[in-house]
Amino acid sequence: MIAIVDYGVGNLFSLKSSLKMIGAEAVVTGDAAAIRAADKIILPGVGAFADAAAKLRATGLDQVVIAEARAGKPLLGICLGMQLLFDRSMEYGEHAGLGLIPGSVEDLKPDIPTDLKVPHIGWNALHKLQDHPLLKYVKTGDCVYFVHSFYAKHCGESTIATAEYGTAVTAAVARGNVMGCQFHPEKSGPVGLNILRAFCELEATA
Amino acid sequence: MITKRIIPCLDVKNGRVVKGVNFLGLSDVSDPVALARYYSEHGADELVFYDITASHEGRGLFTDILTRVAETIFIPLTVGGGINSLDDFDRVLKCGADKVSVNSGAIRNPALIGEAAKRYGDQCVVLSVDAKRVGSEFRVFAKGGREDTGMELIEWVRRGVGDGAGEIVLNSIDTDGVKQGFDLEMLSAVCEAVSVPVIASGGAGCAQDFVTLFQALPKVDAGLAASIFHFGEVEIAELKAMLKENGILIRS
Repeated sequence: MIAIVDYGVGNLFSLKSSLKMIGAEAVVTGDAAAIRAADKIILPGVGAFADAAAKLRATGLDQVVIAEARAGKPLLGICLGMQLLFDRSMEYGEHAGLGLIPGSVEDLKPDIPTDLKVPHIGWNALHKLQDHPLLKYVKTGDCVYFVHSFYAKHCGESTIATAEYGTAVTAAVARGNVMGCQFHPEKSGPVGLNILRAFCELEATA
Repeated sequence: MITKRIIPCLDVKNGRVVKGVNFLGLSDVSDPVALARYYSEHGADELVFYDITASHEGRGLFTDILTRVAETIFIPLTVGGGINSLDDFDRVLKCGADKVSVNSGAIRNPALIGEAAKRYGDQCVVLSVDAKRVGSEFRVFAKGGREDTGMELIEWVRRGVGDGAGEIVLNSIDTDGVKQGFDLEMLSAVCEAVSVPVIASGGAGCAQDFVTLFQALPKVDAGLAASIFHFGEVEIAELKAMLKENGILIRS
C-alpha cells in the first residue's frame, strides 16, 4: 500500500488514478497511522513552498514523513513535494524544508537566458546522470511534463537526472530511499507511469 | 529544451464531441472518453475539453465525462467552457483538470483571472480569446464568437497576463474552420505582446500548416486543432514525424 500524503495542498486525483492504472494500491490520507502502516510514501504538492511547508507542519505529518524516511521506507516527492525534501527554499524569503536531501531550492529565472519563459512549463527531455532504480524504465531523451519556477541546486551526488532549459535543471534526485521528481510523472504519459511503476517495485532499505 | 505541443481540442455538448465550422452548424463526431484515450495513446501532448453545453443537465454530464477522461489519460488536461467563477474552477479541477481556460467569463468579470491565479497559481489559468479583424484592428469576441466586445486584442491579452493568466489560447475567427492555415499575422502580434506561452488555434487544415506555424513563429508554443484530428485528416504521429523532419523539437 502506498500512502499519498494529503496535507491540503493540490489536486491528488490524477496521481491516485495513475497509480490505479499501473495496478498499485494507494490511499490518499492525512492520517499518521495510515502513513506509518504504508510500504511507501508519496509526498505531492503544488503552489508556493512556504504555504505547503506550513501546512505540512501544521498537520504534524512532516515529522511522520521524516521518521518513516529515516527508517528506510521509500519516499517519493513530486514537484513541490520534491522541493520540500531539501534543506531550504529561497522562494519569497528563506524557508526550511524537511532536510532529507542536501540542497536548496532557488529561482530559475536568474540562471537562464532572458528569452526563456518562466515557469518552465511543458514537455522536456530527461538526461540520466545515474542508473538509479527509479529510472530503470527511462532512457535519456524521454520527455516528461514540467511546471515550475524554482528548482533544486547544490544537490551534489543526489541528482540522478536533469533537463536542459538554459541550465541543467534538476529533474530527479535520490538519496538512499528518498527520491524526488521535479516533473509530474502522473502527467507524463507512459514514461511517467513507468517511473511510478519503478517506484512501486522498490523494496524498503531497512 | 521544451518541445512544441500538439493539442487536440474536444468540444463537448450533451456528452458528445462536436466541432463547429466557423462556429455554426455542429456535427456529432464521437465519444469523448474514447477520443481522449485515442489521442493520449497516439502522441497528443495535451488535451483541451470545452464544454459548450448550455443546460444544467448538460453541465452535470460534462463533469461526469471529465472525471472519466481524467481517470483514463495521463497527460495535461485543460478544461474550458462555462467558467464564470472560482466555484467553476473548483468544480473542474476536482474532476482532474490541470488547467482551466476562461473566455467569456473573464470578459464579463476580468477580476476572475487574478482571483483564480492567486488561488490556483498562474500555471492553472489559461486565457482563451476569440478574435477577429474589424476594420484595422483585432477585436475580441465573446459568446463563442457571436458578440463583438469592442475590446482590442493586444490590450486584452496584456491585461490578462498582467493579472496572472499563465497561457494564452488565441483562436482566430477569421481562419477558424477555413482550413487554410493558422492566422500568423494575429498570432505574431500576440507573441510579441506577451511573455507567456501562446497556443495557436483556428485554421489548421493539414500537417504542413503546423510546420509553417512553428517555422514562421518560433515563439508559438503549441498548435491546437479539432476536426482535422477527429476526422483523421491529420494523424498526430505522422504530423510529429513531419515536424521532426523539419527540425522542430517535439516529444516522440
